[in-house]
Amino acid sequence: MLSMISLDYDDTLMASAGHQAEAILDEVMTKYKGNYILAVEGNPPLNEDGMYCIIGGKPFVDQLKKVAKDAKAIISWGSCASYGCVQAARPNPTRATPVHEVIFDKPIIKVPGCPPIAEVMTGVITYMLTFDRIPELDRQGRPKMFYSQRIHDKCYRRPHFDAGQYVEKFDDEGARKGYCLYKMGCKGPTTYNACSTVRWNDGVSFPIQAGHGCIGCSEDGFWDKGSWYARLADINGKGFGVEANADQIGLAAAGVVGGAVALHAAVSALKRAQHKGDAK
Amino acid sequence: MTILTPNGFSLDTAGRRIVVDPVTRIEGHMRCEVNVDANNVIRNAVSTGTMWRGLEVILKGRDPRDAWAFVERICGVCTGCHALTSVRAVEDALQIKIPNNAFLIREIMAKVLQWHDHVVHFYHLHALDWVNPVNALKADPKATSALQQAISDHSKSSPGYFRDVQNRLKKFVESGQLGIFKNGYWDNPAYLLPPEADLLAVTHYLEALDFQREIVKVHTIFGGKNPHPNYMVGGVPCAINMEGDMSAGAPLNMERLNFVKLKLQEAFEFSKNVYVPDVIAIASYYKGWLYGGGLSATNVMDYGDYEAIQGQKSTDRLPGGVILNGNWNEIHPIDPRDPEQVQEFVTHSWYTYGAGKNDVGLHPWDGVTEPNYQLGPAAKGTKTNIEAVDEAAKYSWIKAPRWKGNACEVGPLARYTLAYAHGVDYVKGQVDEALGRFNTLAGTNLTPKQALPTTIGRTLARALEAHYCAEMMLTDFNNLIANIKAGDSTTANVEKWDPSTWPKEAKGVGTVAAPRGGLGHWIKIKDGRIENYQCVVPTTWNGGPRDPKGNIGAFEASLLNTPMERPDEPVEILRTLHSFDPCLACSTHVLAPGGEELARVTVR
Repeated sequence: MLSMISLDYDDTLMASAGHQAEAILDEVMTKYKGNYILAVEGNPPLNEDGMYCIIGGKPFVDQLKKVAKDAKAIISWGSCASYGCVQAARPNPTRATPVHEVIFDKPIIKVPGCPPIAEVMTGVITYMLTFDRIPELDRQGRPKMFYSQRIHDKCYRRPHFDAGQYVEKFDDEGARKGYCLYKMGCKGPTTYNACSTVRWNDGVSFPIQAGHGCIGCSEDGFWDKGSWYARLADINGKGFGVEANADQIGLAAAGVVGGAVALHAAVSALKRAQHKGDAK
Repeated sequence: MTILTPNGFSLDTAGRRIVVDPVTRIEGHMRCEVNVDANNVIRNAVSTGTMWRGLEVILKGRDPRDAWAFVERICGVCTGCHALTSVRAVEDALQIKIPNNAFLIREIMAKVLQWHDHVVHFYHLHALDWVNPVNALKADPKATSALQQAISDHSKSSPGYFRDVQNRLKKFVESGQLGIFKNGYWDNPAYLLPPEADLLAVTHYLEALDFQREIVKVHTIFGGKNPHPNYMVGGVPCAINMEGDMSAGAPLNMERLNFVKLKLQEAFEFSKNVYVPDVIAIASYYKGWLYGGGLSATNVMDYGDYEAIQGQKSTDRLPGGVILNGNWNEIHPIDPRDPEQVQEFVTHSWYTYGAGKNDVGLHPWDGVTEPNYQLGPAAKGTKTNIEAVDEAAKYSWIKAPRWKGNACEVGPLARYTLAYAHGVDYVKGQVDEALGRFNTLAGTNLTPKQALPTTIGRTLARALEAHYCAEMMLTDFNNLIANIKAGDSTTANVEKWDPSTWPKEAKGVGTVAAPRGGLGHWIKIKDGRIENYQCVVPTTWNGGPRDPKGNIGAFEASLLNTPMERPDEPVEILRTLHSFDPCLACSTHVLAPGGEELARVTVR
């Protein structure tokens, strides 16, 4: 990765500090004016004149605007930069604001996830460097290459969803057999990300494989869409089929239901009843 | 003007003021200001947390079973330790006992986190304070090879191996794009390593970069991803299916456990043959640089962690307590529930407890928080362009926690000081052996009481703790296998999963030996919802501002009396601050469980 890019300013890794660190920003901005990529992690809080996050004695939002001005493009790394994420969850005490709501005149590529999958992050940036263009984005600004399908669409437990085989509670028989986690609140059916295909940490696993439902961490405002363990309601009746991408279907509602089961699940259960003996 | 603080430090603000903002190679945002005298010796130090997010406000009214994910996002580096503390707090409040397998899996995850965090800290956040990568170009790879073979049995030790790394580094430097090494202080005389040791360390910087990606896969197996693996109240979500139907699709099966075991063994080898020997060898070249002890020489605290037997605090393998005034012969027990023990002060923090209450201390269950951003009269600059803060007034987004009014240092050094004083055999053996090796290499004769309370001692304690964790997690793994073999595959206790089974009101505490020190979460639950939530995190203890009596915290104390080679190049400041592994992302969330609405916050 570092053979393709020159990572000049990263406050977590860089050797220098203080004004020597800030000097690097100035240098990059002058030397590569209009030609550098600004990748932003986190987001600026706007309350208290921006002083809930201070860099070099000044509001972070000032630094962000200054550096964004001459950038070629901006990558919003992660859900914080893309959507606001945890600090923007209700009541958003600091008025944490995603990048696209303070920068309006630059192409912004959102790579959401809390965090995003590392291979997706490197995939996006190396694509831009290799092909010298911004990847095709969906209407939310996410690269289609990684965000055009829901976790549910290619989940290895999908056959159990279709067969109506669910985990009913943690550590039950279904949990041990790898049944579908829909009833445990899994947000896979409404979450656009590559976790079930690319998987995590060199493809070792992903949340559902490890037994916990998807919490939907790459979706806008996922913190305020009900408990991780509350079942999704398919109020549009469109089902959770694989036929639509994010743009066509829009965001499926992630409301919370008590006892109701989604239409598709009910159909699955019906099919199961027809094939008695297949399931316990 | 010189002030003597009640905790015994002398502060003089007369000399030149130096500002470091941002302090880099930390998690979160931090500013540091110091005054140096005519000889460039630090005589006053001011630590400012420069970010606040307000997570505890956000948690109010939510499902306690969801809290772990919110607080886990406090920090991307110590990922998981807040989640663990949270589920412990909720389980404490609801009196849920988790199955032994879940206990062991969480223990393995916690120690993997500790190990990973410590390794990444040393090589990627701290090493550049001691190691000069540019100087490594001058090394003779044969000398590096000889050094490697002298200090450990690490298999990658040939001259050719180090020559390859040196060539890669050379290309990188010659490209003119120094990247993250840019604007480093590479000709500063504060760097003391010979080229062959610099090359050794740079090589291991790269090895550690590779291996840290491997060890986190243990979290991926148990928690689905890293950073931010999944936890749950009542146990762990990864069910066990060793041989039944569909074992291959189960979260934990033979293949998964084999993978975990391999990674744990690799980690053990790495800390044994690379991390610990590197720290000792590098330290030996800095034998004359014994600054940075600060509070660690007098006051240290930890809650204790790593029970050998689940549910028996007395079996903690790193036992807690408080040591005051450097008296290792007396360890005060610590009780996070006692309203008189852990308290937080906001006299010098950008919060208010209400009129006339600026100087009171509040226990986390009873705290109040309202942001109150204001600069003192002696501050320089403006409200949105701070040139210098006024430490006589409010100057930080971090509160000041105290134990019975005492400022304490927390972290691996605090835990190792406590464990040594408790007489934990493993720790005593480690410390004595490491010091023996250090003394041999350096030609010194330092005792633990001389060597530990220093910047070097802090860095050494972290390395030793990482290796202790590697040792313990292998034991945990063996216990897990033994438990499954004995017929127990349970991973979750869901008897109280449904909030209708909960009492109307409950309160609990969870504590964890987090990488940066003792971490505590306090929760109050009412009608199945979070009424109040409060985190008191390690960097709050270490990086917090002064208290109403004028006691200074660990960061500020540690910088005092350190000479700087070049005041414009803050190598020494970074070295000592980094030895704490500051995590400002964690420390600046601390918000009120009091229930009051925030006065100055606009709700969108």
